[in-house]
Amino acid sequence: MTGHDVPGGAAWSFRVRHGREMRFTTLANGANVSLLLFAADHPVDRLNVPDTLKAQMSARIHPPMVLMSDRGLALASVTGSSLDWHDALGGHSTERHVTRFGPSSYQQDRNDRRLSARTGLLSELRKHGRDRADLHASVNLFSKVALSGDGGLSYVEGHSVAGDWATLRAEVDLLLVMSTAPHPLATTWCPAAVRVEVTDAPADDASRLFRDESARALAQSALVWA
Amino acid sequence: MGVTAVLLPHGVLVLDEVVPSGDGFLATVPAGGSLRIVDLEGNQAADTLFYDAHDLDNRYSAMDTVREQQQAYLTTGSQLLSTDLDVLATITADTVGRHDTVGGACSQESNVIRYGEQHRHQHACRETFLRWGAAAGIGARQLTANINFFMNVPLTSEGGLTFADGLSSPGAYVELRAERDIVVLISNCPQLNNPCNGWNPTPIQVLVWGPA
Repeated sequence: MTGHDVPGGAAWSFRVRHGREMRFTTLANGANVSLLLFAADHPVDRLNVPDTLKAQMSARIHPPMVLMSDRGLALASVTGSSLDWHDALGGHSTERHVTRFGPSSYQQDRNDRRLSARTGLLSELRKHGRDRADLHASVNLFSKVALSGDGGLSYVEGHSVAGDWATLRAEVDLLLVMSTAPHPLATTWCPAAVRVEVTDAPADDASRLFRDESARALAQSALVWA
Repeated sequence: MGVTAVLLPHGVLVLDEVVPSGDGFLATVPAGGSLRIVDLEGNQAADTLFYDAHDLDNRYSAMDTVREQQQAYLTTGSQLLSTDLDVLATITADTVGRHDTVGGACSQESNVIRYGEQHRHQHACRETFLRWGAAAGIGARQLTANINFFMNVPLTSEGGLTFADGLSSPGAYVELRAERDIVVLISNCPQLNNPCNGWNPTPIQVLVWGPA
């Protein structure tokens, strides 16, 4: 097993081989992970949130859904989680959200300087030769934006606590780009650290058995390795 | 459904085009200009993307749009925000009541996932976006979650999502004002496998006026 603790308010990117499992564990209350996924060998093939939601008739991310790409691959399966709702509609924070909490600079705050998810995600993307064109809608692990019957959205405070977790199984070789900046609708600046561990994935058919659509996406990814 | 139609003064009509289903539409609308999309026969989905004409990476962002207005459905008064949180356009009239921006566009690949391998070679919106968008420099990297005008995708408080029969009817329309110079890319949806087009894709009409 290999792992890394990502401090709150930081960004990171890493590659994971298909068949491995990533375990995200929150190390403090109120964590958020704005997460982008890419097929490692095909940079334009990226997480497609609308396709993921409509294929599985859901407005939230929960186990055992499959996260799908623009080109119809299963990028990752959500194999488990202590929470049944991870946000897929809220996007990620920009500098406009962060400056609500007052000015912040490296000179003043050193490494506690407040940076948005957007700034962190772009920094990581640029390390991989990518840029604004490659930004897409993120999934926000550990956050919830509740829906009302008339389409209203409202941020749920305190959705996650220290020790909450989610596991994703890589279905193709992946590049993951993540930020632990607070959710854009969070009312306080409360960055929380998140542990990321990568292990061999245990056998698990739950995603394949979840829906015909999920199974067909997994079959498309299995073809890559046939 | 609230039905609102606020007629604004229009400038000179510069485009009036009927777009058959399965075809696309690409135009630049200058700041202050207007765009009207008419659902000629009712129950048709018009998959639409917007870009800052001077910076294609500053493009329509569905998630930024719904989050900042804390409302998942679009209707009169909705501001269509970009990735940089600029207002690209405002919906100024809507005779339908609400429009979807969570359900995305169909593609050959998503048709395989949703309906099976035998549907791979049916026509799909993503192919239309790529074919019509190329002339403006819009390729796969520039595609993003779109608006589905006239499409009804109810979301529930339990976190559910469905595709339902449309709320639109023959002659229904939506009108927008460009808040900066924008590129508009439309795929008139050819989807045959769900009720988004009432199982029968039909033409739309697109009109563009210059600034009033």
